[in-house]
Amino acid sequence: MKAVSAALAMLAVVVITIGLAVFSTRRARTTADFFVAARAVPPWWNASAISGEYLSAASFLGIAGLVMLGGADALWFPVGYAVGFVLLLALVAAPLRRSGAYTVPDFAEARLASRGARLATSVAVVAIGWLYLVPQLQGAGLALRVLLGTPIWVGGLVVAATVLAVLASGGMRTATLVQGVQYWIKLFAIAVPVVFLIAAWHGAASPDVRALAEAKFLQPTTVSMEATTTLQVEEPTEVVAVGQVDGLASQGPLLLAPGRHAVEAGTTLAFPTGAAVPTPVDSQALSGPRWAFPLEGSAEHSGYRSLALMIALFFGTMGLPHILVRLYTNPDGRAARRTAATVVGLVGLFYLAPTVYGALGRLFTPELMVTGSSDAVVLLLPQRAIGGVGGQLLGALVAAGAAAAFITTATGLTVSVTGVLSQDLMGRFIREPVRAFRLAAVPAVLVPLLLGFVAARLPLASAVSLAFTVAATTIAPLLLLGIWWRRLTAPGAVAGLAVGGVLSLAAIGLATLAPSTSGWPSALLAQPAAWVLPLSVAAAVLVSLLTPDRARPDVWRFMVRLHTPETLEFKRSRPQEQAP
Amino acid sequence: MSGERPSNRREVVRGPRRDVRRRPTRPVATEVDEQTALGQVYLRALIRSQLRLGLAAVALVVLPLLGVLAAAAMWPQVRSLQVGPLPLWWLLLGLLVYPAIFGVGWWYVRLAQRNEDRFAALLDEE
Repeated sequence: MKAVSAALAMLAVVVITIGLAVFSTRRARTTADFFVAARAVPPWWNASAISGEYLSAASFLGIAGLVMLGGADALWFPVGYAVGFVLLLALVAAPLRRSGAYTVPDFAEARLASRGARLATSVAVVAIGWLYLVPQLQGAGLALRVLLGTPIWVGGLVVAATVLAVLASGGMRTATLVQGVQYWIKLFAIAVPVVFLIAAWHGAASPDVRALAEAKFLQPTTVSMEATTTLQVEEPTEVVAVGQVDGLASQGPLLLAPGRHAVEAGTTLAFPTGAAVPTPVDSQALSGPRWAFPLEGSAEHSGYRSLALMIALFFGTMGLPHILVRLYTNPDGRAARRTAATVVGLVGLFYLAPTVYGALGRLFTPELMVTGSSDAVVLLLPQRAIGGVGGQLLGALVAAGAAAAFITTATGLTVSVTGVLSQDLMGRFIREPVRAFRLAAVPAVLVPLLLGFVAARLPLASAVSLAFTVAATTIAPLLLLGIWWRRLTAPGAVAGLAVGGVLSLAAIGLATLAPSTSGWPSALLAQPAAWVLPLSVAAAVLVSLLTPDRARPDVWRFMVRLHTPETLEFKRSRPQEQAP
Repeated sequence: MSGERPSNRREVVRGPRRDVRRRPTRPVATEVDEQTALGQVYLRALIRSQLRLGLAAVALVVLPLLGVLAAAAMWPQVRSLQVGPLPLWWLLLGLLVYPAIFGVGWWYVRLAQRNEDRFAALLDEE
């Protein structure tokens, strides 16, 4: 029954999305319309569209999941996602809009007068887009499995098909209309249940954060293990186990001693009320004061890790291609600024909610910590904590919000990746841009879909932070230096992109392939932004200073265009580049 | 405020003055546009003030956050401070940070526009 209402809600979002796409296609006539929506979008609606595009599966599901496991230290994720927009606002928004560039590669080419720099930027954009798409599609798979019991690959396939349908019918203009609506769907979906959840918390237990930190089963709970898992048990726990535990068949009561226990897939464990919640050894779940307070976790050098994560998220936002392309839909630089400032508010408003879900999930849905499906807490919490028809409706509401989150972010990212693929790679073979765009959409979605099947499953918010790390170490230095430092040259920019991209991808790859390292190497590889970003900037500056003859000769004119309001007329610096 | 600029029509300055002291005979807008040394001075001043303002906004947001992290790293007792039923850490990073950064954002927007207006007024003066 609950599955039916959730499925209907998600289906409704998919239908509305495609419907809006088809509806607005009739209005998109020219190629320019197709790539970037007409600029006549008011700032608050543009801000809704940016926020709608930005709040991905990682925001909607992943943050709550990480807070549920990691507590105080996980709060950096939403803070970082929101603060990133302050940096985008203060250092990038207006000049980037005034550059007149549609996309980041357009900006690179215009600023540096170099096709090579454009190509290097395109590669970075595609890499970031794909890295970001993988967790979106994986998250959709998780959501559908949890709600409907479908195999893990179904969700990703559904989202990919929806995105392709949207793109085939409308392109970017569609996206602006749809994304704006979807922010409000997502906010409504996640915020409305919060009130009821807090009421349920007060009804069920003494509303004390320390009680949440302890993570004990509130009622007798039967957990069925979907995968073979090694559980870390902290105190002697009396369970009823049906299946295989520690290699022995069990059909009844079993005392789990403190320590590690291997539980075979398919086993069910029934926990009594008040038992401490055991967690998989590799889940980094914390409890007690280590959950409630920061920097108490088991990870070494957690101070460095928090700092490096902050740097990745702060600078990564300005490097996200699907966000930057939206600045262009503002009529001028000032509107771009107001849009970005509004986004800070809209995104911040949204981020008040996931923390509540994550914390209360420890009380009402602790079994998700046992099975390692904490990313599903937002989906399951409302119906569990509230119950009845109301709980079912709220559960359907969050399911709809989750569907909106997957589809909007995946659409925005796919538009960006597709734009780059079609303009810079396929454009050479296919003359007609609209046709190239439609064809390029297929690999843009298919590659991350396949990557998602083979790649290791990380918590959603952690997986997304990888894309932020690459964005922070490649696109962010390019934009910051390109906008504020007139001596940046094309070779310098390419050097910065190469150093940032290669080092951050290598570090992430090593951390994933060799997760057993410990100490400083482990911390530095897992969170590389703190040392790769300075190296990338240093490479760009150094090579630029060594190649002064490669600087754009009329760079001053470009600077005039970037930094002066559009109301001022400059015949040479801003020829005919006026908003309609 | 900048709708009609005398940029093109006032090419020639008439009058008896032929001083040795060179006075700017062209609007600043043209100086900026044509990348003369004087125009570069004006533009550099604008870029500097905008960059300073942008960095100030970033610092206003980032430094307190770094301070909070550093305080928690250096003094373990800070981590467990409580405010009513909530740990201070959760109150700061789960709630208060969001209205604070929203405020800084709009403060920045206002001042950035003021910098631009001043620059535009400067160009209109000459």
